[in-house]
Amino acid sequence: MTTETAKHRELGLTDSEFALIVEKMGREPNVVELAMFSLLWSEHCAYKHSRKLLKQLPTEGERVVMGPGENAGAVDVGNGYAVAFKVESHNHPSAVEPFQGAATGVGGILRDVIALGARPIAILDSLRFGELDSVRSRHLLDGAVRGIGHYGNSIGVPNVGGEIYFEAPYEHNCLVNAMCVGLAKTEDMVRAAAAGVGNAVVLMGALTGRDGIGGASVLASAELGEGDEAKRPTVQIGDPFEESKVLECCLELLEKGLLVSLQDLGAAGLTSSAAEMASAGGLGIDIDVARVPLREADMEPFEIMVSESQERMLAVVEPARVAEVLAVCEKWQTGSAEIGTVTDNGQVRILRGEEVVGDMPVAALVDGCPLYDLEPGEPAGWIYGNRATLAAGISAEDELLALLAAPSIASKRWAFEQYDSVVGSRTVRRPESADAAVLQLPESGNAIAVAIDGNGRRVACDPQAGTIEAVLECAQNLACVGAEPLGLTNCLNFGNPEKPATAWQLDQAVSALAETCTAIGVPVVGGNVSLYNEGPEGPIYPTPVVGMVGELPDPTQVAGSAFAKEGDAIALIGPFSPTFAGSELAKQRGALDKGLPRPDVAAVAAACAIVRDAVRAGRLASAHDVSDGGLACALAECAIGSGLGCRVDVQPLRDRGCSPEDALFGEGSGGFLVSGERAELEALGGVLLGEVGGTKIEIAAGDRSLVVGLGTAESAWRSLDERLDSPV
Amino acid sequence: MIWGVLQFPGSCDERDALHACSRLGEARLVWHEERDLSGVDAVVVPGGFSYGDYLRAGAIARFSPAMEAVAEMAAAGAPVLGICNGFQVLCEAGLLPGALLLNESMRFTCRQVDLIAARDALTTPEGGQVNERRDQEGERLSIPAKHGEGRYWAPEEVLDALEANGQVAYRYAPGQNPNGSARDIAGVRNEAGNVVGLMPHPEHAVDPLTGSTDGLRVFEAVAAAGAPA
Repeated sequence: MTTETAKHRELGLTDSEFALIVEKMGREPNVVELAMFSLLWSEHCAYKHSRKLLKQLPTEGERVVMGPGENAGAVDVGNGYAVAFKVESHNHPSAVEPFQGAATGVGGILRDVIALGARPIAILDSLRFGELDSVRSRHLLDGAVRGIGHYGNSIGVPNVGGEIYFEAPYEHNCLVNAMCVGLAKTEDMVRAAAAGVGNAVVLMGALTGRDGIGGASVLASAELGEGDEAKRPTVQIGDPFEESKVLECCLELLEKGLLVSLQDLGAAGLTSSAAEMASAGGLGIDIDVARVPLREADMEPFEIMVSESQERMLAVVEPARVAEVLAVCEKWQTGSAEIGTVTDNGQVRILRGEEVVGDMPVAALVDGCPLYDLEPGEPAGWIYGNRATLAAGISAEDELLALLAAPSIASKRWAFEQYDSVVGSRTVRRPESADAAVLQLPESGNAIAVAIDGNGRRVACDPQAGTIEAVLECAQNLACVGAEPLGLTNCLNFGNPEKPATAWQLDQAVSALAETCTAIGVPVVGGNVSLYNEGPEGPIYPTPVVGMVGELPDPTQVAGSAFAKEGDAIALIGPFSPTFAGSELAKQRGALDKGLPRPDVAAVAAACAIVRDAVRAGRLASAHDVSDGGLACALAECAIGSGLGCRVDVQPLRDRGCSPEDALFGEGSGGFLVSGERAELEALGGVLLGEVGGTKIEIAAGDRSLVVGLGTAESAWRSLDERLDSPV
Repeated sequence: MIWGVLQFPGSCDERDALHACSRLGEARLVWHEERDLSGVDAVVVPGGFSYGDYLRAGAIARFSPAMEAVAEMAAAGAPVLGICNGFQVLCEAGLLPGALLLNESMRFTCRQVDLIAARDALTTPEGGQVNERRDQEGERLSIPAKHGEGRYWAPEEVLDALEANGQVAYRYAPGQNPNGSARDIAGVRNEAGNVVGLMPHPEHAVDPLTGSTDGLRVFEAVAAAGAPA
């Protein structure tokens, strides 16, 4: 065995994959080529365990402008404008170094949207950590939130929403998923495909250094384990100032029509950008590493090609426009260099001056990686732990307070106040004022709503039902502000797909995602897969995170989640029939088990339409999706947000067969808690529960009836503020 | 009145400031390398992270050619408004007293706050309709604050002098100081009154849809406080 074949294993390639590379090349790859193959054939870049599954997802729709395959998806929002969006993970880097991991996660997703020629107008994030009584979780949370804030705030893109869950299976492998939304004139959008043989390839932005070498293969495509501190050098360091300049520079270049195509440099750096540009254009590309501006002069060609230095973009430019492009870069004080040429030979050639140091067929690099079939094996029972933190037999009041104070349910003000949510003058609904963030688009005369959801615990209980619920919850959040979904992006965070239980979870979740999106008519326009999310104690909860963008015709007709006024009636709309299974209460009682009821997708979609139309017509004073912690927690959130109490009887849920406890704290899809004029709510088909008023949350529920003062409830719900500013 | 809104590499809120100014008059962006600001009557130094806040917030931007021009305009009595990073730049440039330190919490904080404008810090708006929310000390404005380095600091004797001269233009309402600023100071002005700086963002409070229109009062007052250059 030669040294090269031993080296391929270190780089994460199997022996059979290496043999296939040799076959496709007709010779053994040299060190540059091997490095490049190892990255593009990594799970992170090649989706080798998920690509077959992803083919099920519906990707087409009337409003789709760009679908999967581009740097981000985009949907038409009218009047000649399109909204580009995508969610991406930066889990492993964040688990190793949370501040830089999360910061560069935001930087990366921003560049994906910029690469389409869109100005980023919003960031959302979906985070998962271990339980808060763990020092590690607190460290990861603190670093990730600071990192997200540091990057997004410095760029001037508002962070308008997100979610954070705390569950033991994320203890060693936290999840940091960031979503970016951008706005562009549809006709000005740009694709990533290289075009025009003889055109110049220009690298813009930061210098190329040794940071992040091997990030895609070493970090993102293997399980985390002992000794991960040694992987810290593979985490990139972010510089939002550089990104801000690159952003403005790219937008100016596009506005002046100086670019043929544009691509960001993310995982696998120049290797991936250059190869994917060539592949998408059906062409070839020459890159001269001697012309790449370096941070360290003595870098080897393979290091330059695989460096994951941040804040870089690659553009294809007509030769006659190169000087103008370099001048705009100069104005923005950002680096730029012509480093290559578009060719017609179907090869990616790496040169060092005159010397050819790598020469590979584009097709082998980008599409040659073998795709693997999963070998799913359904586990017999609940494969995760159970830890009881709540005694049985306590009063319903104490249960409500315990749920409101649960870190996954409590107010996340501590986190979102660290993010600028107002820059850009678009934010009509800020975090926690409504179920979805709402951004006005004066350019197109309407508004969009954005939300991101995914409760991994429920997907762990039942990958099918849990994934359906994630999509429906996102749709419900949009409906609460009067928005109609235009498109969906997703990030599939799972464990090691080579293990049967994880393979089964992934298989079930993706087919449920495909079925649900097809059923509700929402195309999947982009996404990301993050596998091998495991710690020493096993896999994370399977966590498909769903981000949705919806349209509102009139930004002045938007409901909030808080009650609006004393005396308003409160009603429930939708096929909500909650159960104990998989609920936050079940978690706290240490009673999690396999299995969830399957939601009625058609009925939930119909309820979404009713609520959406009612909000748009101004018929509802408030609308809130019933989610974690059930109806009682939803009522408390509406009450705390308004400073108004409520008097409610859950009899209508009892009539649907719910026990008093399930009516209060049970969870499931399809519940909208709305308030407004009694006659309006009845006309909408809502079942009346009670009315807004007083200074207490009073809920009649048979032997589990409860009365909790508004101040007491608010203290519990706001308890994270103080808890997170104190030591563990 | 023609407003000029400075733009440095790393500025974030310049387009929002431009939008706010354009509600009151004409407005254009001023690139940081412009030395000649003739034709501009009033200047906004906007928020953001000019030069990435490297070295110290505002420490590099103050040396830009545009800031040289702004210093001359300020000396000539033209209205100058510094918001957030712009306030930091004006302090670094010596056009306003004091300094902005890291927030007491050591964290970036974004929050809607109530400000109390000094009695003479605001002008009576057109039609004579003043804000209904008046405190004993002055008018209340609801405006977002968002910064990591906004804790106003100056030596005690300087603070005393600022108060004696009526240079404390804006304070955080009781209990709403988000950063630990000395004496709840959110914004100050120079002795002549034509240069004003504050940490909260009036440019993000000019549209009822996004939360408040109280910020327009700040722009109106600044326009009235200085003689157009």
